Amino acid sequence: MKIPVTSSRILMIIAGLLLASQALRAEGEDETAWNTTLKQQFFPNRAIEEDQQTLEITAPYRAEDPALVPLQITSKFPQTKENFIKNITVIIDNNPVPFSASFDFTPESGKADIATRMRFNAYTHVRAIAETNDGKLHMAKAFVKASGGCSAPIGTDLEAAKARMGKMKFRFDGDKATLGQPNPVQLLISHPNITGMQMDQISRMVQPAHYVTEVKVSFEGKAVMTTKTDIAISADPNLRFYFAPDKAGELKAEVKDNLGNTYSASQAVTP
Amino acid sequence: MILLASRYLIWVFALFMLMSWDQATAEELSLKEIATGVYVHQGVHQLPNQHNRGEIANIGFIIGEHCIAVIDSGGSPYQGFALKQQIGKHSQIPICYVINTHVHPDHIYGNLAFKAVGVSFVGHHKLTQAMALRAPFYREKAHSELGFALSPEHFVPPDQPVKDTLELDLGGRTLRVTAHPTAHTDNDLSIFDTQTETLWLGDLLFMGHVPVVDGSLNGWLSEIEKLRKIGAKQVVPGHGPVVAAWPLALMGEENYLKRLQTEIRAAIKAGKTIEQAMNEIGQSMRPDWQLFDDFHKRNIATAFAELEWEDD
Ligand SMILES: [Zn+2]
Repeated sequence: MKIPVTSSRILMIIAGLLLASQALRAEGEDETAWNTTLKQQFFPNRAIEEDQQTLEITAPYRAEDPALVPLQITSKFPQTKENFIKNITVIIDNNPVPFSASFDFTPESGKADIATRMRFNAYTHVRAIAETNDGKLHMAKAFVKASGGCSAPIGTDLEAAKARMGKMKFRFDGDKATLGQPNPVQLLISHPNITGMQMDQISRMVQPAHYVTEVKVSFEGKAVMTTKTDIAISADPNLRFYFAPDKAGELKAEVKDNLGNTYSASQAVTP
Repeated sequence: MILLASRYLIWVFALFMLMSWDQATAEELSLKEIATGVYVHQGVHQLPNQHNRGEIANIGFIIGEHCIAVIDSGGSPYQGFALKQQIGKHSQIPICYVINTHVHPDHIYGNLAFKAVGVSFVGHHKLTQAMALRAPFYREKAHSELGFALSPEHFVPPDQPVKDTLELDLGGRTLRVTAHPTAHTDNDLSIFDTQTETLWLGDLLFMGHVPVVDGSLNGWLSEIEKLRKIGAKQVVPGHGPVVAAWPLALMGEENYLKRLQTEIRAAIKAGKTIEQAMNEIGQSMRPDWQLFDDFHKRNIATAFAELEWEDD
């Protein structure tokens, strides 16, 4: 999996817009963008299996708010040293920037599940591609109709998100962690995640892109989940995932954005 | 090259649509005079689509001795022209102001019809930014869902941005325009006509049509507290009847929003996920509102993401 570098970003956005407009014209659950371009771009010459044994993706068929579409990716087996999911990449075919996020997992993750909220610009497939530790690729996909009306895939109150930018919270399912078991945890990151996409003819006050690019979660210095993210992640990025502590310790999140800002937060975990 | 070609085609399409509209007989836009010189066209409680062309909001105008102020220009370029034509039939007094109550398509897509020398566009100081951020997406949606092409020129930004309040003298009557903090959207304006004590709230007030939270739930509720104190005789909602009793008209919306707030706070406290909240909260309010299934879940999502941060 290659993360797009800045130099190719503009081209990717143009390509994405073209694909998106083509997709709009082709009614129905069209997969042209994936089959003709995206698959080769992100997974050149690799076989991808659409099996039911590795992962499942849950997204609403009708996206109520295109700025905030809940997405859940559920793995079908626990993470063990022998058998685990190394990475899950999320691609939203018809978004201006199809690459949405990439999550690296370890056996310490406990379970390679991830839930987050994303922006959807159009009627599109969203696909999660998992790479297991044997190097094989497995895919699950869902179709989402971004609903119309007055909504737009931005945030509703960017100023509020800006005012508390960099604030983070961990949320656990209770006050005690269960050792040796996957424990669910939620990480809330306040950041406006501005897409930078706008119509410059209207506004001379350009809002440049400003979004979270990386989230590293570790427990006692050992990686739990490392995430690369792009503009599809909703404002105030929210991640639900698992970690499997073997002792008391510190869960830590380190966040970077595209302007080079870094934020971190940690939370003591007690069994 | 392809980009250029398709842009050119959109222009040709837009021109064709405008020409064919001009040649066709304009549909009469029904208007009601709800107070002396205050005219309102009633919208419909429907999702914007190709049939209604997005012409779903209450729009209208107020006539002074020297000037007319348009309040919201319509949900399509056609409706903008139709409104302009109706105004011409009612009065020869010039249109001096077009006030946009906020960025939503059903309130601004008629703007271009009014653009002329001597016409000033009035909007919230954040309206230009909101238009710029939303326009790329809105243009695609207009094309795919409403059946017309929008050019960047259709998004006429305010030349009189309002940060607090602004008084507009129409001759013999003054309109007090107020910019609100984030509520329905982050760019809501209200208008108070001092002569008839009519309060025009745009989408700060929904009646019948379920309220749509596209700004801040908490912000909206605290604006409602402040609005209630305005000594108006009557109110024009953005969606609902052309006129309603004040402040009684606020009751339904306030109940709905308060219940969302209470139940979402409880869900967050109980450690529920946004998905659970969207499926569970407030379902018993369905009979009270039209378009409930189209907007209720999105309101929960928006408000949930806001209330997650309210203790900070
Ligand atoms: Zn509105």
